[in-house]
Amino acid sequence: MTRSVSVLAVGVVTTFQDAGRVGQAALGIGRSGACDRASYRLANRLVGNTEHAAVLEVTFGGLHLRADDDVMIATTGARCDGPSPHNAPMYLRRGWELRLGTPASGLRTYVAARGGFGAEPVLGSRSTDTLSGLGPAPILAGDVLEIRDPELPAPGVDLAPVPDPEGGDVTLGLVPGPRLDWFTDESLTTLAGEAYTVTSDSNRVGLRLDGEPLQRTRTDELPSEGMVRGALQIPPSGKPVLFLADHPVTGGYPVIAYVEDDDVDRCGQLRPGQTVRFVRRHGHGSWAPQPGR
Amino acid sequence: MRLLPSGTGALLVELDDLHEVLGLYAALEHAMPDGVLDLVPAARTLLVVTDTGVASLSSVAQAIERLTPREDRLDSAELVEVPVVYDGVDLEDAARLIDCDTEELVRRHTAEEWTVAFCGFMPGFGYLVAEGWQVQVPRRSSPRTKVPSGSVALAGEFSGVYPRESPGGWQLIGRCSLAMFDPSRDPAALLRPGTRVRFIAEQRR
Repeated sequence: MTRSVSVLAVGVVTTFQDAGRVGQAALGIGRSGACDRASYRLANRLVGNTEHAAVLEVTFGGLHLRADDDVMIATTGARCDGPSPHNAPMYLRRGWELRLGTPASGLRTYVAARGGFGAEPVLGSRSTDTLSGLGPAPILAGDVLEIRDPELPAPGVDLAPVPDPEGGDVTLGLVPGPRLDWFTDESLTTLAGEAYTVTSDSNRVGLRLDGEPLQRTRTDELPSEGMVRGALQIPPSGKPVLFLADHPVTGGYPVIAYVEDDDVDRCGQLRPGQTVRFVRRHGHGSWAPQPGR
Repeated sequence: MRLLPSGTGALLVELDDLHEVLGLYAALEHAMPDGVLDLVPAARTLLVVTDTGVASLSSVAQAIERLTPREDRLDSAELVEVPVVYDGVDLEDAARLIDCDTEELVRRHTAEEWTVAFCGFMPGFGYLVAEGWQVQVPRRSSPRTKVPSGSVALAGEFSGVYPRESPGGWQLIGRCSLAMFDPSRDPAALLRPGTRVRFIAEQRR
Protein backbone atom coordinates (compact mmCIF):
# COMPACT_ATOMS: atom_id res chain seq x y z
CA MET A 1 0.00 0.00 0.00
CA THR A 2 1.40 3.36 -0.99
CA ARG A 3 1.49 6.02 1.68
CA SER A 4 1.43 9.74 0.91
CA VAL A 5 1.25 13.29 2.20
CA SER A 6 -0.76 16.09 0.57
CA VAL A 7 0.77 19.51 -0.01
CA LEU A 8 -1.39 22.40 1.23
CA ALA A 9 1.19 25.22 0.71
CA VAL A 10 4.82 25.35 -0.40
CA GLY A 11 6.17 28.73 0.71
CA VAL A 12 8.73 30.38 -1.61
CA VAL A 13 9.98 27.22 -3.30
CA THR A 14 10.13 23.56 -2.29
CA THR A 15 11.94 20.91 -4.35
CA PHE A 16 12.87 17.24 -4.07
CA GLN A 17 16.56 16.73 -3.34
CA ASP A 18 18.83 13.77 -2.71
CA ALA A 19 22.59 13.11 -2.95
CA GLY A 20 22.53 14.24 -6.61
CA ARG A 21 23.84 12.94 -9.96
CA VAL A 22 27.38 11.74 -9.53
CA GLY A 23 29.61 10.51 -12.35
CA GLN A 24 27.92 12.29 -15.28
CA ALA A 25 29.76 15.64 -15.27
CA ALA A 26 31.66 14.71 -18.45
CA LEU A 27 28.30 14.85 -20.26
CA GLY A 28 27.61 18.34 -18.94
CA ILE A 29 25.32 16.99 -16.21
CA GLY A 30 25.92 18.71 -12.86
CA ARG A 31 25.64 17.00 -9.50
CA SER A 32 22.83 19.13 -7.99
CA GLY A 33 21.37 17.59 -4.80
CA ALA A 34 20.74 19.11 -1.38
CA CYS A 35 22.38 22.52 -0.87
CA ASP A 36 23.19 21.69 2.78
CA ARG A 37 24.32 18.07 2.54
CA ALA A 38 24.98 17.70 6.27
CA SER A 39 21.38 18.62 7.14
CA TYR A 40 20.12 16.40 4.30
CA ARG A 41 22.05 13.39 5.63
CA LEU A 42 20.90 14.04 9.19
CA ALA A 43 17.23 14.19 8.12
CA ASN A 44 17.54 10.78 6.48
CA ARG A 45 19.42 9.27 9.43
CA LEU A 46 16.78 10.44 11.91
CA VAL A 47 14.06 8.44 10.12
CA GLY A 48 16.26 5.45 9.23
CA ASN A 49 16.48 6.08 5.49
CA THR A 50 19.19 4.94 3.10
CA GLU A 51 21.87 7.52 2.19
CA HIS A 52 20.32 8.51 -1.14
CA ALA A 53 16.66 8.86 -0.15
CA ALA A 54 14.88 11.94 -1.49
CA VAL A 55 13.76 14.63 0.95
CA LEU A 56 12.00 17.97 0.54
CA GLU A 57 14.18 21.08 0.50
CA VAL A 58 12.04 23.97 1.75
CA THR A 59 13.33 27.50 1.09
CA PHE A 60 12.45 30.01 3.84
CA GLY A 61 9.72 27.91 5.45
CA GLY A 62 6.03 28.04 4.61
CA LEU A 63 5.49 24.36 3.77
CA HIS A 64 2.17 22.88 4.96
CA LEU A 65 1.61 19.13 4.61
CA ARG A 66 -1.26 16.85 5.62
CA ALA A 67 -0.58 13.18 6.21
CA ASP A 68 -2.84 10.88 4.15
CA ASP A 69 -1.50 7.91 6.16
CA ASP A 70 0.55 7.45 9.33
CA VAL A 71 4.09 8.58 8.48
CA MET A 72 7.32 9.21 10.38
CA ILE A 73 9.07 12.45 9.43
CA ALA A 74 11.93 14.67 10.60
CA THR A 75 12.93 18.25 9.85
CA THR A 76 16.53 19.50 9.89
CA GLY A 77 18.46 22.57 8.70
CA ALA A 78 16.74 25.93 9.25
CA ARG A 79 14.44 25.68 12.30
CA CYS A 80 11.01 27.05 11.38
CA ASP A 81 8.50 28.62 13.77
CA GLY A 82 5.81 26.17 14.77
CA PRO A 83 4.94 23.47 17.28
CA SER A 84 6.78 20.56 15.58
CA PRO A 85 10.03 19.20 17.00
CA HIS A 86 13.18 19.88 14.95
CA ASN A 87 16.20 17.59 14.47
CA ALA A 88 14.02 14.80 15.90
CA PRO A 89 11.84 12.10 14.36
CA MET A 90 8.08 12.45 14.87
CA TYR A 91 4.92 10.69 13.79
CA LEU A 92 2.28 12.41 11.73
CA ARG A 93 -0.91 10.39 12.15
CA ARG A 94 -3.35 10.26 9.27
CA GLY A 95 -5.03 13.67 8.97
CA TRP A 96 -2.40 15.50 11.05
CA GLU A 97 -0.63 18.48 9.57
CA LEU A 98 2.93 19.76 9.50
CA ARG A 99 3.01 23.56 9.32
CA LEU A 100 6.39 25.21 8.95
CA GLY A 101 6.50 28.92 9.77
CA THR A 102 9.46 31.12 8.84
CA PRO A 103 12.93 30.27 10.17
CA ALA A 104 14.58 32.53 12.75
CA SER A 105 17.95 31.85 11.10
CA GLY A 106 19.08 29.85 8.09
CA LEU A 107 17.32 29.47 4.74
CA ARG A 108 16.72 25.81 3.90
CA THR A 109 14.77 23.23 5.90
CA TYR A 110 14.91 19.53 5.01
CA VAL A 111 11.87 17.30 5.51
CA ALA A 112 12.57 13.58 5.39
CA ALA A 113 9.83 10.95 5.48
CA ARG A 114 10.59 7.40 6.59
CA GLY A 115 11.09 5.40 3.35
CA GLY A 116 11.92 8.48 1.29
CA PHE A 117 9.81 10.49 -1.15
CA GLY A 118 9.00 8.62 -4.36
CA ALA A 119 9.29 11.14 -7.22
CA GLU A 120 10.34 9.71 -10.60
CA PRO A 121 14.16 9.63 -10.76
CA VAL A 122 15.88 11.31 -13.73
CA LEU A 123 19.37 10.04 -14.62
CA GLY A 124 19.65 8.23 -11.31
CA SER A 125 18.53 11.02 -8.99
CA ARG A 126 15.36 12.68 -7.69
CA SER A 127 17.07 16.05 -7.31
CA THR A 128 15.63 19.08 -9.09
CA ASP A 129 18.50 20.86 -10.83
CA THR A 130 17.30 24.45 -11.14
CA LEU A 131 20.02 25.31 -13.68
CA SER A 132 19.58 22.48 -16.21
CA GLY A 133 15.92 21.74 -15.48
CA LEU A 134 16.66 18.04 -14.91
CA GLY A 135 14.70 16.16 -12.28
CA PRO A 136 11.17 16.42 -10.90
CA ALA A 137 9.26 19.70 -11.21
CA PRO A 138 9.20 21.96 -8.13
CA ILE A 139 6.48 20.94 -5.68
CA LEU A 140 3.15 22.79 -5.85
CA ALA A 141 0.19 23.15 -3.49
CA GLY A 142 -2.26 20.35 -4.27
CA ASP A 143 0.45 17.79 -5.07
CA VAL A 144 0.18 14.37 -3.42
CA LEU A 145 3.68 13.11 -2.55
CA GLU A 146 4.17 9.38 -2.51
CA ILE A 147 6.31 7.88 0.26
CA ARG A 148 8.25 4.69 -0.40
CA ASP A 149 8.41 1.63 1.82
CA PRO A 150 11.26 1.70 4.35
CA GLU A 151 14.33 -0.43 3.58
CA LEU A 152 16.05 -0.17 6.96
CA PRO A 153 14.85 -0.63 10.56
CA ALA A 154 13.72 2.52 12.39
CA PRO A 155 16.50 4.04 14.51
CA GLY A 156 16.03 4.64 18.20
CA VAL A 157 17.10 8.28 18.10
CA ASP A 158 15.16 10.93 20.04
CA LEU A 159 17.01 14.09 19.11
CA ALA A 160 20.17 15.11 17.26
CA PRO A 161 21.96 17.88 19.18
CA VAL A 162 23.17 19.99 16.23
CA PRO A 163 23.44 23.79 16.24
CA ASP A 164 20.98 25.87 14.21
CA PRO A 165 22.32 27.68 11.12
CA GLU A 166 24.01 30.94 12.05
CA GLY A 167 22.50 34.38 11.50
CA GLY A 168 24.62 37.51 11.06
CA ASP A 169 28.34 37.35 10.38
CA VAL A 170 29.65 33.94 9.26
CA THR A 171 33.29 32.83 8.98
CA LEU A 172 34.23 30.39 6.21
CA GLY A 173 37.48 28.48 5.66
CA LEU A 174 39.28 28.96 2.34
CA VAL A 175 41.76 26.72 0.52
CA PRO A 176 43.73 27.81 -2.57
CA GLY A 177 42.04 27.67 -5.97
CA PRO A 178 43.62 26.76 -9.32
CA ARG A 179 43.90 30.38 -10.54
CA LEU A 180 45.25 32.03 -7.41
CA ASP A 181 48.19 33.25 -9.51
CA TRP A 182 45.84 35.31 -11.71
CA PHE A 183 45.30 37.78 -8.86
CA THR A 184 47.36 40.41 -7.11
CA ASP A 185 48.72 39.68 -3.64
CA GLU A 186 46.59 42.60 -2.39
CA SER A 187 43.49 40.82 -3.71
CA LEU A 188 44.23 37.81 -1.58
CA THR A 189 44.69 40.05 1.47
CA THR A 190 41.40 41.79 0.63
CA LEU A 191 39.53 38.52 0.20
CA ALA A 192 40.78 37.20 3.54
CA GLY A 193 40.30 40.50 5.35
CA GLU A 194 37.13 42.25 4.19
CA ALA A 195 33.51 41.29 4.82
CA TYR A 196 31.35 40.31 1.84
CA THR A 197 27.56 40.56 1.78
CA VAL A 198 25.25 37.90 0.32
CA THR A 199 23.06 39.62 -2.30
CA SER A 200 19.46 38.88 -3.26
CA ASP A 201 20.63 37.50 -6.66
CA SER A 202 21.71 34.36 -4.81
CA ASN A 203 20.04 30.98 -5.37
CA ARG A 204 20.82 27.25 -5.56
CA VAL A 205 23.35 27.92 -8.34
CA GLY A 206 25.45 30.21 -6.21
CA LEU A 207 25.82 33.10 -3.81
CA ARG A 208 26.61 36.44 -5.43
CA LEU A 209 28.70 38.44 -3.01
CA ASP A 210 29.05 42.19 -2.75
CA GLY A 211 32.13 43.89 -1.33
CA GLU A 212 35.61 45.07 -2.23
CA PRO A 213 36.33 43.95 -5.84
CA LEU A 214 39.39 41.75 -6.47
CA GLN A 215 42.01 42.76 -9.03
CA ARG A 216 43.43 40.39 -11.62
CA THR A 217 47.04 40.52 -12.79
CA ARG A 218 46.14 39.12 -16.18
CA THR A 219 43.27 40.04 -18.42
CA ASP A 220 43.36 37.25 -21.00
CA GLU A 221 40.37 34.97 -21.34
CA LEU A 222 40.41 31.73 -19.38
CA PRO A 223 39.31 28.68 -21.42
CA SER A 224 36.32 27.24 -19.54
CA GLU A 225 37.32 24.63 -16.98
CA GLY A 226 35.64 22.19 -14.61
CA MET A 227 34.58 23.35 -11.16
CA VAL A 228 32.97 21.89 -8.06
CA ARG A 229 30.78 23.46 -5.39
CA GLY A 230 32.58 25.89 -3.12
CA ALA A 231 34.45 27.55 -6.01
CA LEU A 232 34.94 31.31 -5.59
CA GLN A 233 34.78 32.45 -9.19
CA ILE A 234 35.78 36.04 -9.97
CA PRO A 235 33.92 37.59 -12.93
CA PRO A 236 35.08 40.86 -14.57
CA SER A 237 33.25 42.89 -11.88
CA GLY A 238 35.79 41.52 -9.36
CA LYS A 239 32.97 40.48 -7.00
CA PRO A 240 33.05 36.79 -6.05
CA VAL A 241 30.41 34.24 -6.99
CA LEU A 242 30.39 31.23 -4.65
CA PHE A 243 29.12 28.09 -6.38
CA LEU A 244 26.48 25.96 -4.64
CA ALA A 245 24.67 22.71 -5.57
CA ASP A 246 23.29 23.62 -9.04
CA HIS A 247 26.49 25.28 -10.33
CA PRO A 248 27.42 24.82 -14.00
CA VAL A 249 29.84 21.95 -14.67
CA THR A 250 32.39 24.34 -16.21
CA GLY A 251 33.04 28.04 -15.76
CA GLY A 252 34.93 30.64 -17.75
CA TYR A 253 36.13 32.93 -14.95
CA PRO A 254 39.18 32.24 -12.78
CA VAL A 255 38.68 30.56 -9.39
CA ILE A 256 40.87 32.28 -6.81
CA ALA A 257 39.99 29.95 -3.92
CA TYR A 258 37.58 27.29 -2.70
CA VAL A 259 35.46 27.31 0.43
CA GLU A 260 36.21 24.18 2.49
CA ASP A 261 33.69 21.50 1.61
CA ASP A 262 32.10 21.22 5.08
CA ASP A 263 31.62 25.00 5.12
CA VAL A 264 29.80 24.91 1.76
CA ASP A 265 26.90 23.27 3.62
CA ARG A 266 26.72 26.34 5.87
CA CYS A 267 26.77 28.56 2.74
CA GLY A 268 23.57 26.79 1.65
CA GLN A 269 21.92 28.32 4.74
CA LEU A 270 22.97 31.94 4.12
CA ARG A 271 20.36 34.59 3.44
CA PRO A 272 20.63 37.79 1.46
CA GLY A 273 22.01 40.50 3.74
CA GLN A 274 24.21 38.19 5.82
CA THR A 275 27.95 38.87 5.76
CA VAL A 276 30.73 36.35 5.29
CA ARG A 277 34.39 36.57 6.26
CA PHE A 278 36.98 34.27 4.73
CA VAL A 279 39.87 32.74 6.66
CA ARG A 280 42.78 31.04 4.90
CA ARG A 281 43.28 27.38 5.89
CA HIS A 282 46.49 25.49 5.30
CA GLY A 283 47.29 21.96 4.20
CA HIS A 284 45.59 21.94 0.79
CA GLY A 285 48.11 23.67 -1.47
CA SER A 286 50.23 26.76 -1.07
CA TRP A 287 49.04 30.32 -0.45
CA ALA A 288 52.55 31.61 -1.14
CA PRO A 289 53.04 34.01 -4.04
CA GLN A 290 53.76 32.06 -7.22
CA PRO A 291 56.49 32.94 -9.72
CA GLY A 292 55.01 35.43 -12.13
CA ARG A 293 52.46 36.77 -9.70
CA MET B 1 51.15 18.40 -16.93
CA ARG B 2 50.45 20.67 -13.96
CA LEU B 3 48.29 19.64 -11.02
CA LEU B 4 46.40 22.59 -9.55
CA PRO B 5 44.42 22.56 -6.29
CA SER B 6 40.63 22.78 -6.65
CA GLY B 7 39.30 22.66 -3.12
CA THR B 8 39.39 19.83 -0.62
CA GLY B 9 37.94 17.22 -2.98
CA ALA B 10 39.22 17.87 -6.51
CA LEU B 11 42.34 18.37 -8.62
CA LEU B 12 42.57 20.37 -11.83
CA VAL B 13 45.02 18.83 -14.27
CA GLU B 14 46.33 21.48 -16.67
CA LEU B 15 47.65 20.19 -20.00
CA ASP B 16 49.26 21.70 -23.08
CA ASP B 17 46.38 21.18 -25.49
CA LEU B 18 43.10 19.46 -26.19
CA HIS B 19 44.86 16.43 -27.63
CA GLU B 20 46.54 15.79 -24.27
CA VAL B 21 43.25 16.34 -22.43
CA LEU B 22 41.50 13.71 -24.51
CA GLY B 23 44.40 11.27 -24.16
CA LEU B 24 44.41 11.57 -20.37
CA TYR B 25 40.61 11.44 -20.21
CA ALA B 26 40.64 8.21 -22.23
CA ALA B 27 43.35 6.74 -19.98
CA LEU B 28 41.38 7.61 -16.82
CA GLU B 29 38.12 6.24 -18.25
CA HIS B 30 39.98 3.04 -19.06
CA ALA B 31 41.53 2.64 -15.59
CA MET B 32 39.68 4.84 -13.10
CA PRO B 33 41.72 5.28 -9.89
CA ASP B 34 39.93 4.34 -6.66
CA GLY B 35 37.86 7.14 -5.19
CA VAL B 36 37.39 9.17 -8.39
CA LEU B 37 33.75 10.28 -8.63
CA ASP B 38 33.70 12.46 -11.71
CA LEU B 39 35.85 13.72 -14.58
CA VAL B 40 35.31 17.06 -16.33
CA PRO B 41 37.39 17.41 -19.50
CA ALA B 42 37.62 20.93 -20.95
CA ALA B 43 39.72 22.78 -23.52
CA ARG B 44 43.03 22.72 -21.61
CA THR B 45 42.17 21.02 -18.34
CA LEU B 46 40.70 17.90 -16.80
CA LEU B 47 39.00 18.20 -13.42
CA VAL B 48 39.21 15.06 -11.29
CA VAL B 49 36.59 14.99 -8.53
CA THR B 50 37.39 12.61 -5.68
CA ASP B 51 35.60 11.05 -2.74
CA THR B 52 38.28 11.77 -0.16
CA GLY B 53 36.64 9.26 2.18
CA VAL B 54 37.83 6.55 -0.26
CA ALA B 55 41.16 7.92 -1.52
CA SER B 56 43.25 10.95 -0.61
CA LEU B 57 43.90 13.66 -3.17
CA SER B 58 47.62 12.87 -3.04
CA SER B 59 47.06 9.20 -3.89
CA VAL B 60 44.83 10.22 -6.81
CA ALA B 61 47.49 12.72 -7.93
CA GLN B 62 50.11 9.94 -7.91
CA ALA B 63 47.81 7.67 -9.93
CA ILE B 64 47.30 10.43 -12.53
CA GLU B 65 51.03 11.08 -12.83
CA ARG B 66 51.67 7.38 -13.46
CA LEU B 67 49.14 7.19 -16.34
CA THR B 68 50.13 7.10 -19.99
CA PRO B 69 47.74 9.09 -22.22
CA ARG B 70 45.92 6.86 -24.70
CA GLU B 71 46.49 7.60 -28.36
CA ASP B 72 43.91 5.11 -29.62
CA ARG B 73 40.91 7.12 -28.43
CA LEU B 74 39.78 8.19 -31.90
CA ASP B 75 39.66 4.71 -33.38
CA SER B 76 37.56 3.32 -30.56
CA ALA B 77 34.93 6.05 -30.44
CA GLU B 78 31.63 5.73 -32.29
CA LEU B 79 30.71 7.85 -35.33
CA VAL B 80 27.42 9.78 -35.24
CA GLU B 81 25.94 11.26 -38.41
CA VAL B 82 24.06 14.50 -37.83
CA PRO B 83 21.76 15.66 -40.66
CA VAL B 84 21.67 19.47 -40.90
CA VAL B 85 19.53 21.91 -42.85
CA TYR B 86 21.97 24.76 -43.40
CA ASP B 87 19.59 27.72 -43.23
CA GLY B 88 20.71 29.36 -39.95
CA VAL B 89 20.07 33.07 -39.47
CA ASP B 90 23.81 33.74 -39.07
CA LEU B 91 24.96 31.57 -41.99
CA GLU B 92 25.94 34.54 -44.16
CA ASP B 93 27.60 36.41 -41.28
CA ALA B 94 29.55 33.29 -40.31
CA ALA B 95 30.71 32.76 -43.91
CA ARG B 96 31.87 36.36 -44.10
CA LEU B 97 33.71 36.01 -40.78
CA ILE B 98 35.79 33.17 -42.19
CA ASP B 99 36.22 34.79 -45.62
CA CYS B 100 34.17 32.48 -47.80
CA ASP B 101 30.65 32.17 -49.22
CA THR B 102 27.86 30.12 -47.64
CA GLU B 103 28.28 27.20 -50.05
CA GLU B 104 31.95 26.98 -49.19
CA LEU B 105 31.19 27.12 -45.47
CA VAL B 106 28.71 24.23 -45.80
CA ARG B 107 31.19 22.27 -47.91
CA ARG B 108 33.94 22.70 -45.31
CA HIS B 109 31.64 22.04 -42.35
CA THR B 110 30.41 18.77 -43.87
CA ALA B 111 33.86 17.70 -45.14
CA GLU B 112 35.40 17.55 -41.66
CA GLU B 113 35.32 14.67 -39.25
CA TRP B 114 34.53 16.35 -35.93
CA THR B 115 35.33 15.05 -32.45
CA VAL B 116 33.52 15.91 -29.24
CA ALA B 117 36.29 17.49 -27.19
CA PHE B 118 34.20 17.99 -24.07
CA CYS B 119 30.68 18.77 -22.88
CA GLY B 120 29.46 21.70 -20.83
CA PHE B 121 27.20 24.74 -20.84
CA MET B 122 24.16 22.46 -20.51
CA PRO B 123 23.54 18.68 -20.42
CA GLY B 124 24.41 17.16 -23.78
CA PHE B 125 26.06 20.25 -25.30
CA GLY B 126 29.25 19.01 -26.97
CA TYR B 127 32.16 21.24 -28.01
CA LEU B 128 33.25 19.79 -31.36
CA VAL B 129 36.66 20.29 -32.95
CA ALA B 130 38.09 19.17 -36.30
CA GLU B 131 41.65 18.97 -37.48
CA GLY B 132 41.03 20.86 -40.74
CA TRP B 133 38.86 23.53 -39.11
CA GLN B 134 41.47 26.07 -38.15
CA VAL B 135 39.27 29.16 -38.02
CA GLN B 136 38.18 31.34 -35.13
CA VAL B 137 34.58 32.50 -35.36
CA PRO B 138 33.78 35.33 -32.94
CA ARG B 139 30.64 35.03 -30.84
CA ARG B 140 27.78 37.41 -31.53
CA SER B 141 28.40 40.72 -29.81
CA SER B 142 25.10 40.44 -27.96
CA PRO B 143 23.88 36.94 -27.15
CA ARG B 144 20.37 35.87 -28.17
CA THR B 145 17.94 35.30 -25.33
CA LYS B 146 16.42 32.33 -27.22
CA VAL B 147 18.33 29.97 -29.47
CA PRO B 148 16.01 27.24 -30.85
CA SER B 149 16.58 23.62 -29.86
CA GLY B 150 18.63 21.74 -32.49
CA SER B 151 20.48 24.84 -33.73
CA VAL B 152 23.87 24.01 -35.26
CA ALA B 153 26.31 26.76 -34.39
CA LEU B 154 29.90 28.02 -34.50
CA ALA B 155 32.04 29.90 -31.97
CA GLY B 156 35.79 30.12 -31.55
CA GLU B 157 37.36 26.92 -32.91
CA PHE B 158 34.24 24.94 -31.97
CA SER B 159 31.03 23.70 -33.54
CA GLY B 160 28.04 22.67 -31.43
CA VAL B 161 24.37 21.71 -31.45
CA TYR B 162 22.00 23.25 -28.87
CA PRO B 163 20.24 20.30 -27.15
CA ARG B 164 17.33 22.51 -26.10
CA GLU B 165 16.12 26.07 -26.37
CA SER B 166 18.35 28.37 -24.35
CA PRO B 167 20.08 31.73 -24.42
CA GLY B 168 23.26 31.68 -26.49
CA GLY B 169 25.85 33.77 -28.29
CA TRP B 170 27.07 31.36 -30.97
CA GLN B 171 26.61 31.99 -34.71
CA LEU B 172 23.70 29.86 -35.94
CA ILE B 173 24.37 28.16 -39.28
CA GLY B 174 21.69 25.46 -39.42
CA ARG B 175 19.38 23.10 -37.56
CA CYS B 176 19.08 19.39 -36.96
CA SER B 177 16.15 17.32 -35.78
CA LEU B 178 18.08 14.66 -33.83
CA ALA B 179 17.43 14.59 -30.08
CA MET B 180 20.87 15.54 -28.74
CA PHE B 181 19.82 14.93 -25.14
CA ASP B 182 17.00 12.78 -23.78
CA PRO B 183 17.07 11.99 -20.04
CA SER B 184 14.90 8.90 -20.61
CA ARG B 185 17.40 7.41 -23.08
CA ASP B 186 20.56 5.50 -22.15
CA PRO B 187 22.96 7.12 -22.77
CA ALA B 188 21.05 10.37 -22.41
CA ALA B 189 23.60 12.42 -24.38
CA LEU B 190 24.11 11.60 -28.07
CA LEU B 191 27.49 13.37 -28.03
CA ARG B 192 30.03 12.37 -25.39
CA PRO B 193 33.72 13.26 -25.10
CA GLY B 194 35.54 11.40 -27.86
CA THR B 195 32.45 10.76 -30.02
CA ARG B 196 33.17 11.38 -33.73
CA VAL B 197 30.62 13.41 -35.70
CA ARG B 198 29.92 13.98 -39.37
CA PHE B 199 27.45 16.67 -40.44
CA ILE B 200 25.38 15.72 -43.52
CA ALA B 201 23.75 18.53 -45.53
CA GLU B 202 20.01 18.01 -45.94
CA GLN B 203 17.68 19.89 -48.26
CA ARG B 204 15.24 22.31 -46.66
CA ARG B 205 11.87 20.66 -46.08
